Amino acid sequence: MTSAEGSRAEGTRVSRRKLFGLAGAGVALAGAGAAAGIGIDKATSGNAEASTNTVDFHGEHQAGIVTPAQANLHFAALDVTTKDREKLRQLLKTWTDAARRMTAGQEVVANGAVGNGAYAPPGDTGEALDLPPSNLTLTIGFGPSLFDGRFGLAGKRPPQLIDLPLFPKDKLDPARSGGDLCIQACADDPQVAVHAVRNLVRLGFGVTEVRWSQLGFGRSSSTSREQQTPRNLFGFKDGTNNIKAEEPDVLGDQVWATAADGPAWMAGGSYLVARRIRMHIETWDRETLDGQEKIIGRTKGSGAPLGQTAEFDELDLDVGGAGGEKVIPEDAHVRLASHQALNGVRILRRGYNFVDGSDGVGHLEAGLFFLAFNRDTRKQYVPMQQALSSKDAMMEYVQHTGSAHFAVPPGVTRESSWADALFS
Amino acid sequence: MTVRKTPALAVLAGAAVLVTLAACDSKSDPAGAAGDGGPIKVSASDTACEVSATTANAGNLTFEITNKGAKVTEFYLYAEGDRIMGEVENIAPGLNRRLIVEVADAGKYQTACKPGMSGTGIRGDFTVTGGVAKQNDSNAQKAQATKSYADYIANNTSALQDETGKFADLVKAGKVDEAKAAYARTRVYYERIEPVAEKFGDLDPAIDVREADLEPNQQFTGFHRLEKDLFKTGLQADSGQIADKLVTDVKDLVAKTKTLELSALDLANGAKGLLDEVATGKITGEEEAFSHTDVWDFQANVDGSKGAITALRPVLQAKDPALVSTLDKEFANVQGLLDKQRAGDGFKSYTELSQDQVKEFASAVDALSEPLSKVAEVVSK
Repeated sequence: MTSAEGSRAEGTRVSRRKLFGLAGAGVALAGAGAAAGIGIDKATSGNAEASTNTVDFHGEHQAGIVTPAQANLHFAALDVTTKDREKLRQLLKTWTDAARRMTAGQEVVANGAVGNGAYAPPGDTGEALDLPPSNLTLTIGFGPSLFDGRFGLAGKRPPQLIDLPLFPKDKLDPARSGGDLCIQACADDPQVAVHAVRNLVRLGFGVTEVRWSQLGFGRSSSTSREQQTPRNLFGFKDGTNNIKAEEPDVLGDQVWATAADGPAWMAGGSYLVARRIRMHIETWDRETLDGQEKIIGRTKGSGAPLGQTAEFDELDLDVGGAGGEKVIPEDAHVRLASHQALNGVRILRRGYNFVDGSDGVGHLEAGLFFLAFNRDTRKQYVPMQQALSSKDAMMEYVQHTGSAHFAVPPGVTRESSWADALFS
Repeated sequence: MTVRKTPALAVLAGAAVLVTLAACDSKSDPAGAAGDGGPIKVSASDTACEVSATTANAGNLTFEITNKGAKVTEFYLYAEGDRIMGEVENIAPGLNRRLIVEVADAGKYQTACKPGMSGTGIRGDFTVTGGVAKQNDSNAQKAQATKSYADYIANNTSALQDETGKFADLVKAGKVDEAKAAYARTRVYYERIEPVAEKFGDLDPAIDVREADLEPNQQFTGFHRLEKDLFKTGLQADSGQIADKLVTDVKDLVAKTKTLELSALDLANGAKGLLDEVATGKITGEEEAFSHTDVWDFQANVDGSKGAITALRPVLQAKDPALVSTLDKEFANVQGLLDKQRAGDGFKSYTELSQDQVKEFASAVDALSEPLSKVAEVVSK
């Protein structure tokens, strides 16, 4: 980001305040990332732990993909309400600056919550004051609908960014599906994630509006070998075989788009599939342990694949028990989702558990908010989900109720923004 | 409904295995530790099958197979009569693979490597000691229960075949109103025996797939296709053919059910599975998207569940009389709610149910499903 852009972004806000005759607190946003630790922001001041649990916002790829999965999620899908291309471009820059600050543990704007006088609404909503950065990551994506005629982006739509097909047994709610843009906020503290999305949404009023959003807790996959495998709401370890940050070759093969994949602006980016999967918790809980384990294909206790002894033992799909019956049944979830069964195809999962209260007939409105990154959704997620939707024994207990797809552009430098790749 | 086919299958298939084990009262930790002496090493080549031990104590035996040959191989442990106790296929040259086999009974067994994955393999004798003596077949009560349930199935499948024939004739004759009236009445017999129907992987979808669950390139056939024709679009050019196919498929199904051998655990799991269908498909009105005759199906699922439990009643009464009285009470509660929704010789349309009534049904079904889910464990004791 150049300082000129920075002051423009900040300038808008300051001048709005000046309308009310207030003294603007004009600490320019420029270099905000580097400014972490200056001490003007309460979140980082005097908190040794806070200074260490930040995730670098900058890099070849966006943070929040292979970053060790944080404990909490706030995911928002937004529609662009303006037809003004320039306003959209400007918002993406403003968001980048704001994300740079918030992921460093700072308020969304300097002196945001309390430093701007008594007669203006605070520039930062304030609920993250006193909280450490909590490994906050903010990750942005562009939905297929952004590439219609409105912003002259039709020619930039990546062929990988398909409109997802309707899979068997989908029961999709339009109010939980789609979106021109998405913001994924992950943090160890739910309030930090909620704060980040809330403030970005606020910056976007007049340009974007929230189409749907989802809170998640209890990460349900691990993206790093440093992490224990968490459990999903079925009580099973989920994500044992996930792609891990420590596997650069696999990531290069399965997750990161390259310039050769086309389009060039997506090099270093990835494709995000978001699915809201309702789980029928109550009927699952009445399933026998043996039945549950056969449906998943793993033991509930250790998470070992059936027929093996320890969680990280490799799946062996060719082991038979008495009578030659496959120990991992033909319709077991792990068999159908395994790369062995899918010609080597894998995805990087980053899902979260959710409970959205109850459904009105006394059952938990709960499930898994599935987030997965892959290099080409046409070749990875789609065939995997086709196999699962039509054959997976677990489909009896789950229902896909929301669906969205986004192109996640590459990461930014200290000078560039989320607008650059798209509008270059 | 067909969406629910797979888990029932998986569970039922699993249950069959469980029953074998339960019969000799020796079900042990499925996660399984290795046998007493640690893993038994198997060195497989294209011409030899060296096993590091030829005796072991009963329990979980772990074989570690290394393929030192040039051909892909397999390893088997056979009981007498070449009954497979465990196997591992597709062991590529140079690879190590593991096979954990639960062997409860002392006796003579055989190991086998099959280089090239064909033939009877390179055999070796293997002796298992200790364990428990093999008991005679499971107790007579369970045998009686499965026989009694088989009769229930036979009665319903026979009615299903007759009623489906009449229903198909009405469709083919273009008698739409009469066919509509026959639709829900015919399906009752299917919904009652659904866990059994679901054992036949191809037939159940052909007969009972819902439009929303069709897979790409899957033809929409069966009851719900005719439901759509009758209640939504009007009869189509091929409605008659669909009706004929339904008759054929049902006939196949009925023939196949006659050969089915069910275990007491199958009954228990089937009874529970039927209520799960109610909880996730009928309560929400998803099953009968065009005719809204979900309450008919609801009643039929409850009937089928009760049919299985009735057959198991002597077994349950002997082992857990308190569970039986709980089940009686909760079945009666659900039935009481259903009775309030009767209209003529059938039921009101799902669309006439209020949200409060749906909720009342859902909690009654939950209250019944919880004790029902305990039946399998009681039966397996």
